[in-house]
Amino acid sequence: MKLAHAFALTLALWFNSAIADELLMVRSSQNFEDAMTTLQATIAEHGYKVTRVQRVDVGLEAKGYKTDRYRIVFYGKPGEIEALAAKYPKLIPYLPLAVAIFAEEGNTILTTARPALLKQFYPEPELKPIFDRWEKDLVGIMDEVREAK
Amino acid sequence: MPRSIVLFGLLLACCLPAFAAPDGAKLYSRNCAGCHGEKGDGGIGIPLSLPSFHAQVDDDYLKQTVLRGRPGRVMPSFSYLSDAEVDAIVRHMRSWYKGKVPVYPFTPIKGDAKRGEQLFEKHCAGCHGPTGEGGHGTGVTFSRPRDFPIMPPALHNPGYLSSAKDAMIKATLVNGRVGTPMAAFGKRGVKDKDLNDIVAHLRNFEKKPLPSSAKLIETGEAIIVMESPYDLKTTIENVKKAVSSNNFVFIREQPLNAGLVAEGREDPKQHIVYFCNFSLLNQALATDPRVGLFLPCRITVVEQGGKVTMMAANPKRLSRIFNNSELNEMCDQVTKMYIAVMEEAAL
Repeated sequence: MKLAHAFALTLALWFNSAIADELLMVRSSQNFEDAMTTLQATIAEHGYKVTRVQRVDVGLEAKGYKTDRYRIVFYGKPGEIEALAAKYPKLIPYLPLAVAIFAEEGNTILTTARPALLKQFYPEPELKPIFDRWEKDLVGIMDEVREAK
Repeated sequence: MPRSIVLFGLLLACCLPAFAAPDGAKLYSRNCAGCHGEKGDGGIGIPLSLPSFHAQVDDDYLKQTVLRGRPGRVMPSFSYLSDAEVDAIVRHMRSWYKGKVPVYPFTPIKGDAKRGEQLFEKHCAGCHGPTGEGGHGTGVTFSRPRDFPIMPPALHNPGYLSSAKDAMIKATLVNGRVGTPMAAFGKRGVKDKDLNDIVAHLRNFEKKPLPSSAKLIETGEAIIVMESPYDLKTTIENVKKAVSSNNFVFIREQPLNAGLVAEGREDPKQHIVYFCNFSLLNQALATDPRVGLFLPCRITVVEQGGKVTMMAANPKRLSRIFNNSELNEMCDQVTKMYIAVMEEAAL
């Protein structure tokens, strides 16, 4: 009976587990403004271009909702996004890449979907090296923001 | 000194990092600090540096929790970390504590589960929920006031039940967790037999169906795609009209590569329509601020090979990456709203 319960528990875990390799999340000890500056500078240092910053907090406040600072930073590599969109149009809903950045008390939290997630969605072998490079760059960007003082 | 010895020494020095134990502090910082704080003082996740926590959990509980996570309750499974890496994280966490680390036997505690259920209702359900499903929220507040300093953990969760030994559960009931709302029932006069009965009731959860708090949404397709019978320009206008009639506010329309190329040189055949339902957004951020990652809502309209297609990332599929069952219903609802907008635009 005990074995049966253990087996059922293992099955529940197997089918219902979210593995941490789909979401990357870091906490920066910098305040929001400094972390935002670090993030944008680090994105540029890795050869990407920030295409837009969506001011979610501004939109919410304009509608009367109370909120702390919350932005979405969109970024990509000029040339690469267009080439991928042309060859793999189904990838478009996930382009350009994005990082959510928001204030949490005196700290700042950054979250982003790991490109490993895209590997699950788009298993084409020729996309793998691109997602791998994004993954490496993204982990580097997030590490640098996390370590910045 | 012979050159061969010097060379051997150099070679050894080069190889040493490969054999060195993983850096627990670095691994913790990268994988855990986002939720639990750099020094384990908590936030989204429970505080891990509390002496009362360390005094009651064994290393195996910490290790299994890292590996298995808590399905549906934000804490993901770090099953891709090696044993050595998880051990290093556990060692790093233990460096915050100078007291004695407990070791618990696997021996089950015998008790009357039926009686334990009544006692659970009396002493535990107020915080942990009537069926042990846990408190609401992620613990991340996005700087908003929180109802509890710590979100009460889910006890009816396969991650918890497979990580905690009966003796550990009992020790927590006896001693409570100083620094959290968890009371020391052993010091409040609850009898030893009663505590055993509560443990038996918790263990009995394993025989019951999973509560909704431990379930994740069924995985859907990564994207929602619908063809439009209209040309690109008409489809974009139709999407803009349809978002308004589906309780969204149109925010803006832009070419996919806007900001990547010089103004005027954007691709006119790939347009993103951004829109928002601010009430739903506010609700979603209150439930889990991480969802902003997929904001604002968007539908991309693409013309390729004479065909016009509407596409969007599927919120139902994306909900899974947050491991938060409280998002299930919301993400399902937004998926339905996306489909409604596309269907209306294609009418």
